[in-house]
Amino acid sequence: MHIVVPLKQSPDLVEELEVNAEGNDIDRQGLKLQVSEWDEQALEEALCLKEASGANVTAITADWGGADLVLFTALAKGADRALKLVGDFSTTMLDNHRLARALASTVEQLGANLVLTGVQSVEDLDGQIPVLLAAMLGWPHVSVVTGVELTADAAQVKQEHSGGLVAELEVKLPAVLGVQAARRAPRYAPVSKVRQMQKGAKLEQLSVAAQDAGSGLKVRRVFKPQVAARAEILEGTAEEIAAKLLAVLRERGLSL
Amino acid sequence: MTGDVYVVVEHWNGTIAEVSFELLGLGRQLAQASGGKLHALVLGPEAKEVAAACGAADVTICVEHDALAGFSPEAHITQLAAILKDRSPAFTLVSNTSKGMDVAPALAVALKVPVVTNVAAVAVNDGAIVATSQLYGGKIAVEAELAGGRAVLSLLAGAFPADHGKSAGAGAIETVVPAAQLGGSRVAFKRLIEAEASDVDISKQEILVTVGRGIQDKDNLPVVQELADALGCPLCASRPLVDAGWLPKSRQVGKSGVTVKPKIYLAIGLSGAPEHVQGMKDATTIIAVNSDPKAPIFDVAHFGVVADLFDVVPALTEKVRELRG
Amino acid sequence: MPIEKEKLLSVEPARIHEHEHLVLEGSDISGHWNRMFEQRVLWDYTPDLLGKITALEGGESLGWCYQCGKCVGVCPVDVVGDYGPRKIFRKVQSGTDLFTSDDLWLCTTCMNCLRVCPKEVDMVKIMPAVREQAMLEGNVPAELQDAFEKTAKYGNPLGEPARKRADWTRDAGVEVPIVAKTGKPVDLLWWVECYPAYHPRGKEAARALARTLVALGVDFGIIGIEEKCVADSQRLAGEKGLFESLAEENIKTLRNYQFRRLMVTDPHAYNAFRNEYPRYGGSYEVVHYTQLLAPLMSKIEWKKELRYKVTFHDPCYLGRHNGEYEAPRAILKAIPGLELVEMFRCRQNGYCCGGGGGGMWLDGFNTQHLRERLSERRVREAVEVGAEVLAVCCPFEVSRFEDAVKSTGNEGKLLVRDIVELMDEARRAA
Repeated sequence: MHIVVPLKQSPDLVEELEVNAEGNDIDRQGLKLQVSEWDEQALEEALCLKEASGANVTAITADWGGADLVLFTALAKGADRALKLVGDFSTTMLDNHRLARALASTVEQLGANLVLTGVQSVEDLDGQIPVLLAAMLGWPHVSVVTGVELTADAAQVKQEHSGGLVAELEVKLPAVLGVQAARRAPRYAPVSKVRQMQKGAKLEQLSVAAQDAGSGLKVRRVFKPQVAARAEILEGTAEEIAAKLLAVLRERGLSL
Repeated sequence: MTGDVYVVVEHWNGTIAEVSFELLGLGRQLAQASGGKLHALVLGPEAKEVAAACGAADVTICVEHDALAGFSPEAHITQLAAILKDRSPAFTLVSNTSKGMDVAPALAVALKVPVVTNVAAVAVNDGAIVATSQLYGGKIAVEAELAGGRAVLSLLAGAFPADHGKSAGAGAIETVVPAAQLGGSRVAFKRLIEAEASDVDISKQEILVTVGRGIQDKDNLPVVQELADALGCPLCASRPLVDAGWLPKSRQVGKSGVTVKPKIYLAIGLSGAPEHVQGMKDATTIIAVNSDPKAPIFDVAHFGVVADLFDVVPALTEKVRELRG
Repeated sequence: MPIEKEKLLSVEPARIHEHEHLVLEGSDISGHWNRMFEQRVLWDYTPDLLGKITALEGGESLGWCYQCGKCVGVCPVDVVGDYGPRKIFRKVQSGTDLFTSDDLWLCTTCMNCLRVCPKEVDMVKIMPAVREQAMLEGNVPAELQDAFEKTAKYGNPLGEPARKRADWTRDAGVEVPIVAKTGKPVDLLWWVECYPAYHPRGKEAARALARTLVALGVDFGIIGIEEKCVADSQRLAGEKGLFESLAEENIKTLRNYQFRRLMVTDPHAYNAFRNEYPRYGGSYEVVHYTQLLAPLMSKIEWKKELRYKVTFHDPCYLGRHNGEYEAPRAILKAIPGLELVEMFRCRQNGYCCGGGGGGMWLDGFNTQHLRERLSERRVREAVEVGAEVLAVCCPFEVSRFEDAVKSTGNEGKLLVRDIVELMDEARRAA
């Protein structure tokens, strides 16, 4: 069983994001990137599968930001191979089509049985990676996965839906699973182990031809929605306040 | 190409999802703007039952097949692509839910049209479609223009009013013959299970009610528990209450508890100690109720109520209950 | 003399092992003292579990324990739970695998046990060594792992952006020079550390210290955003690799600036700079801010009398670990009007706030094992001696004790103040 785990580096939301001077992207100068939190979950689930039933795990990331550290960390956690995709990823990273196209050719070359990756990232504008990747590969896929069990040629997966519902599905391999949460919290990579990898382990490289997959989108404007620095205070009688609160709840996504 | 709008309707076992009304409402608007018709797409053995709720659509397309029972991403995409590839609609609207995440990008690839994810607003300017997405946890908005005037849009739940999509009327029903490839699906839906109530993971909830020391006494807990029940979410607490054994450790938000990022976080009687704030500051919308106007929780909250929680909370509970019937 | 079997009525004859004649290492020790029954307790356990610990670098001294129990009497964790090095030794001897036991994470490395141990069993070395192995095997409490991850990612355990490290200076009311910007050598380079830079209560103390330094005309500066956590507590909690990588970075950063002395706010940083950094190539003249200020008390113009009854909590890493007990007291005694009272456990026998050795990030975990927090115990002791103010000089403590004041129901009775906040109050007009 060969499991491939693409790791996407996306902006760390702990840092304040700014809009660039042209107003068509976030300011990526000195931007702090991190492995997308859902991808961390996918890697954890892959490593758990490896421990439970034996598998080879290959971590992949595209060559930008701290790619090397991302891969050494994955090796320190227990991945068997680490692969850096080298190519022209310099255009705006909002283009998931481009990244998915590069991943698709890589996954085909590697001969993987299963791809586990995060169900989404914080900057998905043109579709989520796992589904785009599966569609390009012509593989079946399931998103929002919270549990995976492997048999010889299929995966039994749990898919989480809103309202506390969980669906059980069986997916024939090869397949792509968009992971929401691993069976356990992502493990810690002790710094000494990471440093050991930095000294001893080898990262593989794979050149990916620049491909214009084309999301068909043109970013017109990027802006920060107005947010009050301090809480907007709702006033009135208890009854009036309750009515205002209810309006806020509904406006902010509470479906009643 | 037509100016037609297609809405992928979601349901479980014949019960339509609320978000589908939001999509139908938006679809109605877009169909008007582009001079097309609004179509609802309902898949599954219970399609006809669900179609009855889709009165806002001009036409409701029903496909009944066992492979479409429950939710198999592949079967649904195959069927939807089969229907849509010849109809070339201007807009296909999908909700950004678990099902929608599986459907929207795959459908876009199959139809060779662009897809826009996390959409919170849509406008049509001189034939150009402009979708506004909320990215980076809602911190940044992106306006994307779609070439070719066609798109699959994956819409955020709660971004559009559901009322506009509810209609007592009845549109036409069109029954479509299931796609031939449905039988060969590589993804089989097995069953649907309800997550066990005892097994709540508060880090994965969309809405949370959290209570702090302001509740004063364990005997007062039902006041906030009732609100949580009405909202259908778990009741959480700050550390002192968990320490006191009023609520289990699994419900503790903060530095020594669980870090949460729900869409809505209701902080009731919480002062906003840094150790608590560390665990909830990334919630999309924070609403705080505290009698002390100087409480630091108001520095992180988006909406605040300076009042006695024992007045406001029961009033809100009542309102939520009324609405939920 | 053979044992008279008929007299051992309660023992089945088959159980008796008897050596009428026994020669051991060449000496004939035949006699009734050889009487023995079937094997019992002594052979129930293997020495393997203890051996696993004593084989570690740093873990050796656990094997020296001879069970006198002096440590248990002074162990701050035992006061609020069931702990103490002697108990750990005995548990390991009788089958507990410390590498997977929750007991592994309760020690705060306060060092009071070592102070009284006749055999120099050194928990300050044993615990980090065992913890490191446990961590390498993937066994770390989630809260602690979170602090490690944040420290590795952001350079501080609070998970705050590095870019905001100097933001606290904005509201200090005085200019706080940042050496990267001024480019000038300074007499005193102030190593602020994480809690004073980011925690709301820590920031207040940092601002009070900045004002005091300016008032005294001290030539000082801070590093700003390049400063990263010294991570001594992370080291003691088992993450030695993290400590080492940050030490290398910090030493490299410090090479870029000219200064005579390094002043630290945090006793844990003081400990690391004095005792750990030299072996990584960073040797500095280090002072804790109380040591800097104590000799300068006569220069301060006091504007207000503080008529408080104050008690002082010795930080473990300033007192026991590094022998400084007088500087903080000298400052408190110099503040006009202030009455200093001592708690029963003070100075060399000072109690521990529970924050050291990783305890700062194990509050939730510890709650499952202790009757009350160490900080709560300490707050009760302060109240018992009639103090109105609990004075501290370690950045972990203000928030820990303030929290404990609330949870023990002493709000309104006891205030928690950093020593420099008290100075600042007395120095400025009412």
